[in-house]
Amino acid sequence: MHPLIILVVQRIALGLILLLAVSVLIFLGVEALPGDTAQQILGQGATPETLANMRESLGLNEPALTRYFSWLGHALTGDFGKALTNKMDIAQAIGQRLGNTLFLAACAGVIAVPFAIGLGLLAARHNGRWPDKLISGVTLATISLPEFVAAYFVIYLLTQVIPILQPVSMVFPGMTFLERLHAVALPVIVLVMVVLAHMMRMTRAAILNVMQSPYIETAELKGLSPMQVIWRHALPNAVAPIVSVVVINLAYLVVGVVVVEVVFSYNALGQYLVDHVSKRDLPVVQAVGLIFAAVYIGLNIFADVVGIVANPRLRHPK
Amino acid sequence: MRIPFSAMLGLGLTALMVLAAIFSPLIAPYGLNETVGKVWENPSAQFWLGTDTIGRDIFSRLVYGGAVTIFVALASSALAFSMGAFFGFLAAVRGGWIDTGLSRLVDVMMAVPSLIVALVVLSVLPLTLTTLVLVMGVLDSTRVFRLSRAVAADIAVMDYVEAAKLRGEGQVWIIFREILPNAMSPLVAEFGMRFIFAVLFISTLSFLGLGIQPPLADWGGMVRENKDGLIYGKSAAMVPAIAIAVLAIAVNLVADWVLSRTTSLKGGRNG
Amino acid sequence: MSDQMKDLVRLAASGKINRRAFVGRMGALGLSASVAGSMFGMVAQAQAKKGGVLRAGVQGGQSTDSLDPALAASDVPFMINMTWGETLVELEPGGVLSMRVAEEVTSNADATEWKFKIRAGMTFHNGAPVTAEDVVATLKRHTDDKAQSGAQGLVKGIAEMTAEGDTVTLKLAAANADLPFLMADYHLIIQPGGGVDNPAAGIGCGAYIVKEFEPGVRCVMEKNPTYWDTSRGFADTVEVLSINDNTARTAAITAGQIHMMTRVDPKIAEMLAGAEGVVIERAAGPGHYVFIMQCTQAPFDNNDLRMALKLAIKRDEMVEKILGGMGSVGNDFPINAAYPLFDDAIPQRAFDAAKAAEHYKASGHDGSPIVLQVAPAAFPGAVDAANLFVASANEAGIPLTIKLEPDDGYWSNVWNVAPFCASYWGGRPVQDQMYSTAYLSTADWNDTKFVDAHFDELMLAARGELDPVKRKAQYSEMANILRDTGGLICPMFNDWVEGRRAEVGGWVANPAGTLMDGKALVKCWLEA
Repeated sequence: MHPLIILVVQRIALGLILLLAVSVLIFLGVEALPGDTAQQILGQGATPETLANMRESLGLNEPALTRYFSWLGHALTGDFGKALTNKMDIAQAIGQRLGNTLFLAACAGVIAVPFAIGLGLLAARHNGRWPDKLISGVTLATISLPEFVAAYFVIYLLTQVIPILQPVSMVFPGMTFLERLHAVALPVIVLVMVVLAHMMRMTRAAILNVMQSPYIETAELKGLSPMQVIWRHALPNAVAPIVSVVVINLAYLVVGVVVVEVVFSYNALGQYLVDHVSKRDLPVVQAVGLIFAAVYIGLNIFADVVGIVANPRLRHPK
Repeated sequence: MRIPFSAMLGLGLTALMVLAAIFSPLIAPYGLNETVGKVWENPSAQFWLGTDTIGRDIFSRLVYGGAVTIFVALASSALAFSMGAFFGFLAAVRGGWIDTGLSRLVDVMMAVPSLIVALVVLSVLPLTLTTLVLVMGVLDSTRVFRLSRAVAADIAVMDYVEAAKLRGEGQVWIIFREILPNAMSPLVAEFGMRFIFAVLFISTLSFLGLGIQPPLADWGGMVRENKDGLIYGKSAAMVPAIAIAVLAIAVNLVADWVLSRTTSLKGGRNG
Repeated sequence: MSDQMKDLVRLAASGKINRRAFVGRMGALGLSASVAGSMFGMVAQAQAKKGGVLRAGVQGGQSTDSLDPALAASDVPFMINMTWGETLVELEPGGVLSMRVAEEVTSNADATEWKFKIRAGMTFHNGAPVTAEDVVATLKRHTDDKAQSGAQGLVKGIAEMTAEGDTVTLKLAAANADLPFLMADYHLIIQPGGGVDNPAAGIGCGAYIVKEFEPGVRCVMEKNPTYWDTSRGFADTVEVLSINDNTARTAAITAGQIHMMTRVDPKIAEMLAGAEGVVIERAAGPGHYVFIMQCTQAPFDNNDLRMALKLAIKRDEMVEKILGGMGSVGNDFPINAAYPLFDDAIPQRAFDAAKAAEHYKASGHDGSPIVLQVAPAAFPGAVDAANLFVASANEAGIPLTIKLEPDDGYWSNVWNVAPFCASYWGGRPVQDQMYSTAYLSTADWNDTKFVDAHFDELMLAARGELDPVKRKAQYSEMANILRDTGGLICPMFNDWVEGRRAEVGGWVANPAGTLMDGKALVKCWLEA
């Protein structure tokens, strides 16, 4: 078999083991938190009797190990169980919210990635001159704003000063595609601002890095235009770092946007996870944590493989 | 060495903010938690930047809050940096099971979103500065680890390192004499990035109510306290927000300059 | 009717003036408050428009929420349940009960046996008729330990429940003149078969039927076509949206994305009122923010020390800075004018550094720091309030300091555990219920660990007392005992401050709870 395929299979197997390790880590982590689900649900209304009743009915009196393995067994067959707090089917609730998470990430990614790479190429092409400085300056400003500041800024601007968008971005089943797009417009704008700079700067740096290589000089001596040089020679050789930074940002758009979800009341996974963490709803935390971890690990395997394919020195390890 | 204007500007602004933080009690006209005016007064000769949600002077709070923000960000990025760089170099040079073990551990840690881990841990532990610095530092060290390992690995396959190995030099000698000097430039730039990340992270945590706690103040927390006035055009929340952005931009400019003198660029706010 | 009155009526009819202003200005023209109030209701009602989608933006929803009325603990599930569900009786503004599922309530002479006649012809959303058996099953479910009901304490005192024909009979272990008020509790929503099979099904007999429920996001409800009361249920569809971020909620109401919202931050109330098409509604309710000392723990086992702290708090400043003026000062007992039989002759306690210092000296306290434990979750502005308290106490020479606790676990690890901490109470419809929840020596939630045999006796006597004059005197004595010897420091009562769009008609603020005690979506309509 081709060594590359073996490598990919190895990576995936390793990813699965990682995922298992993550599930143990999450389980232990939530177990270690003081206070249990029953206490968190009852809050100020807890009395010793109601606490005992709730623990009994939630099955919290079983040993931790039993609960972990029974969960693992079910999860492997696609059954994440029911939330301890409101008895709702987790797989179903997650399904919908995962869809919302991916929708938001996809909208932001579709705009941000080509835009960032394009700007990066443009900045590299005009390295050191005004387009480069302008692009770098603007993206520097967007990367330096905390998300919540950017979020309130666009809320103020686009719902109060120029009221064209809506400040609350919840999406519901039954909405048309256009309605959905309108609903998520504000968070998408914020997320694009947030991830754009990182990818653009990396693209620019990677291209400039390659541009210093001798073969670029050769290409330039052949009389190719600067854009042709970048497009045909520099870009293919800068693919690995660009893919890796794109992947990091895509992963971020899926797993790291809790703040944006909170500000815009967007009903996706991050908010869902945080709510259930505060209530110590272990099955939900496990399931969402695993999904986040799987997304992250999967995207990283992809970036790793691209990196190996693109780099001859790493492709043939000693 | 000629320093470009942008880097000078960055250095100047950073220095200004650090100095203001150090000498905050001398600069601030009012006390941190002193109620001196009415709610949300506009900037005036008495209150240079206006007053906040319970009538405290924003300029004074900005100065004191800056000290806390900068200190926490600096401490946690220093922690992240020393931990990450140490283990990263170790993994790159030693290779074998140490490398595999450390890398997999970092993989597991990075696979769980750090903001969420921080929210969980901080909602449980007592919210002191030490806790914050530790949590942020440890979470962030994974990224430094990745970078230092990658940089060190790149350098480790260079001809001059091979040559040193052939000469029979020891690993410690190689780390300190060959790898560290050649890795210095990207690492310094990375430190800038980590610092900015820490500023944004602590601001975000404070914004969510899990960062710096009163009676201390920090910029993210100040945005949180005053954000309800934002959509009515009250400047109280904008001032600390701008301060965060200016600090981040200033440090970024310096980091960019350091970076422009090297060849690789890593890092960012993500995760 | 004078021209001025006609003008007012026109204003009321077009929703340009709220009930409070209408009654006030009619009063100035010589009309009594009750006549003006009912006039407002009639005028406004006559203009009610049907149709449309009415949306409420509510704070306090989580994706862990459920439709089980027994478990409702925050504003979002409360609002949702009150829209699809109906209780036996409801608490109206002014502290009177209106008949809902019960058509008539009667008791025997000593208030130990109560009969509720169930309204004929009501049906549940699943088509089944509402029977006396359903009512009994519902109440029984809440007494059952397994239901984990927030109303368990309320129904505990019912010794025997029977259903006979259309009448439910409740026999009490001890006399309770306030029993009907307890039946207005928002947990006690009547469910088919008591909701035993599926408590979270969201099937009740209210004006709206649950169509879609996404916990922590929204609940969509459609008009119940067979609902019996034509003075309710005007909009075709109503939605409760869970919007936890204050800024997003206010932005949403100014943008018209929602028609009403809970919890307007007092600081922005004025600015929000200035926004086009937004009206701010206030209601002085029974909710209060408190600092609680456990009377059994040193140093708070000394009444002089307790008194010193009570005198060392600046109540006016708290109302001004913490509540933005939207509230009233408290007097160290948990009752205010929102309650029936409140005695307003009890002198108001105020900040007095000299007297506080005197009591502090008399307590013989060793001068070591007195620690107040507080978390932001204790109540909105709790940490600021604690800081103000520390400043004023230090002024009186009392070494008060703060210990900050994390929000998470505050209600299980600090409240009712620590000797001195910050907390809040939402209040109860009647005095008996408030006192028996937290100040009776045997109460589950006696968070001040207050034990006074005479106080307990008075409470039980008042509970069975049907003569309001005697009852008021008993409550007054209890208030005084608590004020002068209790562990409660109650510096302020907080108003409900809420926002609505101008096009929302039929709004009548109800001090009993947020958004017209949860009935805003049921009772209001959309103009044009």
